[in-house]
Amino acid sequence: MLLRDIAHSRTGDKGNLVTITLIAYRMEHFALLEREITAERVTRHFSEIVDRPVSRYLLPHLGAMNFVLHRPPAHTVTRSLALDAHGKCLGTALLAIEIPGGPDTEQARENR
Amino acid sequence: METVRLGAGAGYSGDRIDPAVELARLGKLDYLVFECLAERTIAIAQQNKRTGVSEGYDPLLVERMRAVLPHCVANGVKIVSNMGAANPIAAAIKTKEIARKLRLPGLRIAAISGDDILEHMPGNYRFLESGDPVKVVEDRLVSANAYLGAGPIVEALHEGADIVLTGRAADPSLFLAPLIHGFKWDTSDWRLLGQGTVIGHLLECAGQLTGGYFADPGYKDVPDLAHLGFPFAEVSADGSALFSKVEGSGGCLTRGTCVEQLLYEIQDPSSYITPDVIADFSNVQIEELGRDLVRVTGGAGKPKTDELKVSVGYHDGFVGEGQISYAGPGALERAELAQEVLTERLRSYRLDELRFDLIGVNAIHGQKLSPVASRPYEIRLRAAGRANARETVAMIPREMEALYTNGPAGGGGVSISIRETIAILSTLIPSELPKPTIHFEES
Repeated sequence: MLLRDIAHSRTGDKGNLVTITLIAYRMEHFALLEREITAERVTRHFSEIVDRPVSRYLLPHLGAMNFVLHRPPAHTVTRSLALDAHGKCLGTALLAIEIPGGPDTEQARENR
Repeated sequence: METVRLGAGAGYSGDRIDPAVELARLGKLDYLVFECLAERTIAIAQQNKRTGVSEGYDPLLVERMRAVLPHCVANGVKIVSNMGAANPIAAAIKTKEIARKLRLPGLRIAAISGDDILEHMPGNYRFLESGDPVKVVEDRLVSANAYLGAGPIVEALHEGADIVLTGRAADPSLFLAPLIHGFKWDTSDWRLLGQGTVIGHLLECAGQLTGGYFADPGYKDVPDLAHLGFPFAEVSADGSALFSKVEGSGGCLTRGTCVEQLLYEIQDPSSYITPDVIADFSNVQIEELGRDLVRVTGGAGKPKTDELKVSVGYHDGFVGEGQISYAGPGALERAELAQEVLTERLRSYRLDELRFDLIGVNAIHGQKLSPVASRPYEIRLRAAGRANARETVAMIPREMEALYTNGPAGGGGVSISIRETIAILSTLIPSELPKPTIHFEES
């Protein structure tokens, strides 16, 4: 299934940093997120975009985790030539990650 | 005071005004707070003030004040905002004029200055992003504004201000200040300041707490997004807060919207540094008590640092951009040929950077993350480049337009632009360097 089936995300930016919050729709899926969506995996996923390892912060009681992505210093919001200079669309790229097992999509929809 | 009710009237400079009017009319507020200064907004305002394009305050100040002032006065709602931008005193004078025209006499309007430290910006401080000293951009500086804390706003409220207009202040401080004032919070009670900062952070983006930037059809549905209401918080003296929105307004306020906003633009949740406190979000509790009713508790804090962040704006050359569309069979091949042709034609100009995107294919997430599952039926080629001279970047839109008669078949819908870039970098200065002052006007 896609990460999108069990979690939602929001993206923010500060200078050349992009922050992505990932939140489980249901608390019981947090352990799966914690196991599958590691800082290493997110670093690999965004290897074309980040210039050093991604940091991950966990908030288990909220079913949430926070990722901090460092883009190269030239890629600040005010300077980047990219169409999405903020990097605001990156959180939805995270939701495209495939994760094993868990409920199928129909089941996941009921789970939300 | 038993409770203080804070409403969020704007989350950025250009934000929608109707939801703020709705809050002023029906929100039973004590304070309506407008957060209107993004990182770059103040640099642009400084530039506009210096070149005489504008007075330097928020471009929507007049429209907003005209719309909300009658309701705020009728309902006893005070206003706090950073709409002063690059010129808080001019903003206060303008607000006084608007109040007089609306026949609203006796309003005390405070302008807080002192965040603008351009004249005293020490060149040896280093940028946080690049490590370079500030003096590398000394000859191109546009603005240097320190993030002031709640202190001067609290003082203005203490002196009886009905409206407080600031320049650069930390966003959550705009909300924390009325709480410190209303509850006489001790400004070294780090738990209360931390919890107040959580409340401010949740409110500062206005509609982003009530279902804005949230809807994902079939996954996260938001009712009546078109009439999105803005949030308010009813805060008790112990800092616990009930968040809601005006009955009948669009949107939703749920655990999901609150968690998304709690961590929005936060790095380490245990250490959110503001001028007032190092707030700790890691034990915040979010409970849904009912429809569009959420209780937030558990924010904590540690003593503030002895430094303030400064946003430094500087001229950073020009960006030229052009786009063209291709559609139908072979659209992708023709767009790729156009890119090759442009690359060759722009080769001889001294562009510092040139970037191409195939919009609809790989422009947003890049090549690696964008699957090429199907041939796009239509496609838009974009070229964007940077250089110090306007004439140099002007070649990008010129060559893009020339693709009509000198490029592949069937190109259409060219759009072009040239803009000056004001870049922003940050540095830290000792907290005592800025000397905030308060100026009063009365309508």
